[in-house]
Amino acid sequence: MIELVHISKSFGDKTVLDDISASFYKGKTNFIIGASGGGKSVMMKCMVGLMEVDKGQILYGGTDFVSLSYNERKTIRQQIGMLFQGTALFDSLSVEDNVAFPLRMFTKMSPEEVKERVNFCLQRVNLVNVNSLFPSNISGGMKKRVGIARAIALNPKYLFCDEPNSGLDPVTSRVIDELIKEITIEYDITTIINTHDMKSLFEMGDNIIFIYQGKKIWEGEKSEIRQSGNKQLLEFMKASEF
Amino acid sequence: MTKVFTTFFEHLGQYASFLMSLFNRPERRSVFFKQTIHEINNIGIGSFGIVSLISIFTGAVSTIQIGVQLVGSLVPSHMLGAFVRDSNVLEFSPTITCLVLAGKVGSNIASEIGTMKVTEQIDALEIMGINSVNYLALPKIIAGIISIPLLVTYSMLLSIFGGAISGEMSDLITLDSYIKGLRTSFIPFTIYFAIIKATVFAFLITSISAFEGYRTEGGALEVGQSSTKAVLYSAVAVIIFDYIISNTFIDQLSV
Repeated sequence: MIELVHISKSFGDKTVLDDISASFYKGKTNFIIGASGGGKSVMMKCMVGLMEVDKGQILYGGTDFVSLSYNERKTIRQQIGMLFQGTALFDSLSVEDNVAFPLRMFTKMSPEEVKERVNFCLQRVNLVNVNSLFPSNISGGMKKRVGIARAIALNPKYLFCDEPNSGLDPVTSRVIDELIKEITIEYDITTIINTHDMKSLFEMGDNIIFIYQGKKIWEGEKSEIRQSGNKQLLEFMKASEF
Repeated sequence: MTKVFTTFFEHLGQYASFLMSLFNRPERRSVFFKQTIHEINNIGIGSFGIVSLISIFTGAVSTIQIGVQLVGSLVPSHMLGAFVRDSNVLEFSPTITCLVLAGKVGSNIASEIGTMKVTEQIDALEIMGINSVNYLALPKIIAGIISIPLLVTYSMLLSIFGGAISGEMSDLITLDSYIKGLRTSFIPFTIYFAIIKATVFAFLITSISAFEGYRTEGGALEVGQSSTKAVLYSAVAVIIFDYIISNTFIDQLSV
């Protein structure tokens, strides 16, 4: 479980995150939704340590990530898997080497064990015979799946997905959604998805947080959204044709 | 004017901070070693052709230019060999080679790291808990420090060889006379001096280019701008440090 306790973040005079507290639950797909520029990406970057919050706590299983030193954070970071919006696969490495990368960096696995684990992860995301291909030779949907395979290689406790459906056709988008949902349940991990794709949310969202102009406006389950009575949230949904 | 100075010192501070983070939290030695070998191949072997070409022609041109000045003068003709040797060993091979490498290697490093930055590949490394500066930049710097002085040494030999061919072809000097000149008034320290310069230039080119790559924010346009800045700043740093090093070792270079 991850908890945010009164976190704030500003850039100069502009407050991007304003006293946000929220909880993300284990074994659930936790959605952060909101309009572009509303603070979703900054919030996710703060949670994974790519940006520092100005104040507040980010608790990973009760441990405050913010107060940890760089080396102390390493332990938590190795429990985090992240699927980037643009996949962020390493261009110079093959699909196999991309997935093997965290294993080679952080485990003492033999080359055979690494290969076995890589093949397992790739099969888990329904990819076969792609080991020797490079990211530039595979489609957007396949890149996302390789990104997921790399993210789960170290058996993470936390999976962050930044706009997992962006740039994908509806069919591939659904495949990726289903994959993320399956992995979340199968490995009992805390999954946090940053999106404005309401279709994904209604298909697989468990816990939803709505961010509006840097503030948490609403939190609840998907079944409660339509009855939320929150003007901004209902407007956001209406604009998304839901 | 004040703003220019402020920006310069801000930039310098960021560069110093970047250099500090190079040596923090080193990653796995085996991975680091593999990366360094890969970079030596990129920087060293990859630059072999261009260095060969410019070295032969630099030697050839310097022989013709100096030889023409010496025709009819009281200076013995074999001294052309000594002049070509000294001008190439002291200046042309280390400086011109490194200026060309600032363009080739510098733009390559800046655009590679810049692209990784804008496509979130560096974020991916950081999230995994990897010190990306150490992982990406340090192998390139070490590879540069190893391979560029070797390239410069190779360039010195080739430029002298180029000078010999050019002297023979243009009838400015015979090969025997040229070799006699090469052996005249030779100061072994000039070789060390050239290697010291090449090592410093190698560090400047690779570290400045990696730093500019790291500063990239935005997209393809900014990657191109970073690449240009990397070449420009590296070349300026090479010229400035060329003067500083020459001035520092001026006594050891006197006959």
